[in-house]
Amino acid sequence: MEIKELENIVFQTRRDILRMVHKVNSGHPGGSLGCTEFLVALYNEVMELKEGDFDMDGTNEDLFFLSNGHISPVFYSVLAHRGYFSKEELGTFRLLNSRLQGHPTTHEGLPGVRMASGSLGQGLSVALGAAQAKKLNGDNNLVYTLHGDGELQEGQNWEAIMYAAGKNVDNLIATIDFNGQQIDGPTSEVLPLGDLEAKFKAFGWDVLHIKEGNNMEAVVNGLNEAKARTGKGKPVCVLMHTIMGNGVDFMMHTHAWHGKAPNDEQLANGLAQNPETLGDY
Amino acid sequence: MKKYTYTESKDTRSGFGAGLAELGRTNPNVVALCADLIGSLKMEKFIEENPNRFFQIGIAEANMIGIAAGMTVGGKIPFTGTFANFSTGRVYDQIRQSVAYSDKNVKICASHAGLTLGEDGATHQILEDIGLMKMLPGMTVINTCDYNQTEAATIAIAEHEGPVYLRFGRPVMPIFMPKYTDVNNENKFEIGKAIQMTEGTDVTIVATGHLVWEALQASEKLEEMGISAEVINIHTIKPLDDAAILKSVAKTGCVVTAEEHNVLGGLGESVARVLAENNPTPQEFIGTNDTFGESGTPAQLMEKYGLNAESIVKASKKVIARK
Repeated sequence: MEIKELENIVFQTRRDILRMVHKVNSGHPGGSLGCTEFLVALYNEVMELKEGDFDMDGTNEDLFFLSNGHISPVFYSVLAHRGYFSKEELGTFRLLNSRLQGHPTTHEGLPGVRMASGSLGQGLSVALGAAQAKKLNGDNNLVYTLHGDGELQEGQNWEAIMYAAGKNVDNLIATIDFNGQQIDGPTSEVLPLGDLEAKFKAFGWDVLHIKEGNNMEAVVNGLNEAKARTGKGKPVCVLMHTIMGNGVDFMMHTHAWHGKAPNDEQLANGLAQNPETLGDY
Repeated sequence: MKKYTYTESKDTRSGFGAGLAELGRTNPNVVALCADLIGSLKMEKFIEENPNRFFQIGIAEANMIGIAAGMTVGGKIPFTGTFANFSTGRVYDQIRQSVAYSDKNVKICASHAGLTLGEDGATHQILEDIGLMKMLPGMTVINTCDYNQTEAATIAIAEHEGPVYLRFGRPVMPIFMPKYTDVNNENKFEIGKAIQMTEGTDVTIVATGHLVWEALQASEKLEEMGISAEVINIHTIKPLDDAAILKSVAKTGCVVTAEEHNVLGGLGESVARVLAENNPTPQEFIGTNDTFGESGTPAQLMEKYGLNAESIVKASKKVIARK
């Protein structure tokens, strides 16, 4: 897909995110907006996906696991535009009896979701299992994950990071949303993460940066580079530098919009900054 | 009354090892994971015969549960193995979100449950695991009583679609249940189906795990006293065989529950709920009473905490008097 086309999906996805969280006055727009380019690129350009009905096993296609489940708005919007379910269903986000729960789940049978997430720090372990199952099955496709940077404060990640390298799980690309923010403030103040590149390397990973994680061309090129580094004995980590709240000026560069919805006026302001490219749901 | 005898004794965990080895030969989707306790879980045979389907995780139980959940995506049937304490309490949220809520077909196999772990003491003697696991929606909870039943249960849970907690133990115990053989599926383990061990009219004794043997010993002592006890082997605590319990209690009018677990949250409370809803009945609870364990030999601990035939006899007489 052309970069321009991908960017058109990004505009629409940002609108979806804002409208979804505004409608129910809850949800997590900040991290969702920061990872919009990544998820749009992943699902529309980078991953090899089977067409047709969703199947849980995902044999002979690439898999994605969202570990930081609170950015469900962007995940749902991208899945809907990729055809996993109708975009009209985005209007049920967080409503009673919806398949679009506050945090993603398999429990309601939503196509595209293979694991519940929300309680942080579990996604990498699950992805490792899926990656090792692929190897057992002789399936050469890849497993992708996304994690918050603050999420790396959860200890289970480091069990998984040690295991991935120790067991040469080299069909896995873990991306860290490196925005430097978490609920209570900058990660540097809440609990400094230290030198993440050095940490992943010390554990035996191949590490690369996407310095402009909100520049579609940079994201696509970075993920393609990551893909080229798979199959060489090491798991691959992408440190993706993003801006929380990207694309909505008053939400950018702050943790304030981590888990807060815009009011009517703010919604109108945010939507005015993002043209309707593919039709609102 | 039917008498149970034995010629051989083995630990229940060896029954798990034998069942897992059998699955290795018969079900190519079964994979095994272990957190640095291969010998304790008796997984050697499976590993020797299926090295590619075994995953040594290291001392990282949270990661093990997650990896097991992930392996189901791709059609594997993962069996995780570690001590009961590290299989449940240590990784509760991982099981809750990545296995139970995600509807993953993971078999959590837990050895060294309860006091009979012995000398290692309370850090390792979990007495809360049945309660923790039975509260998780969709989780099947099984606690087996001897080598043969553990082997049969291990084989049976591979065919069951959904998460299972299989609890067994460390000590050598009499083998008194019939052996499963694949010829005609003889003595097949049926999840959720209670086994009536003896017929009786005065008191129902519902026991699970290592306490089944103690209940059988108690029933013989009670018979000598002229009391007729009906012993039910309730290997599956969830889903509970409500009908079997109600049928027996309708006849005897009182019940003793027996388990190697805290009375708070265990089998006894599950039985009490069924009775309260259907047929309120006097009940006595054999189990630990809201306490941690301690170091000692298994027999010493079972005696000190009142988890033996003697205690079941006393509780039976007491509950009969309450009718």
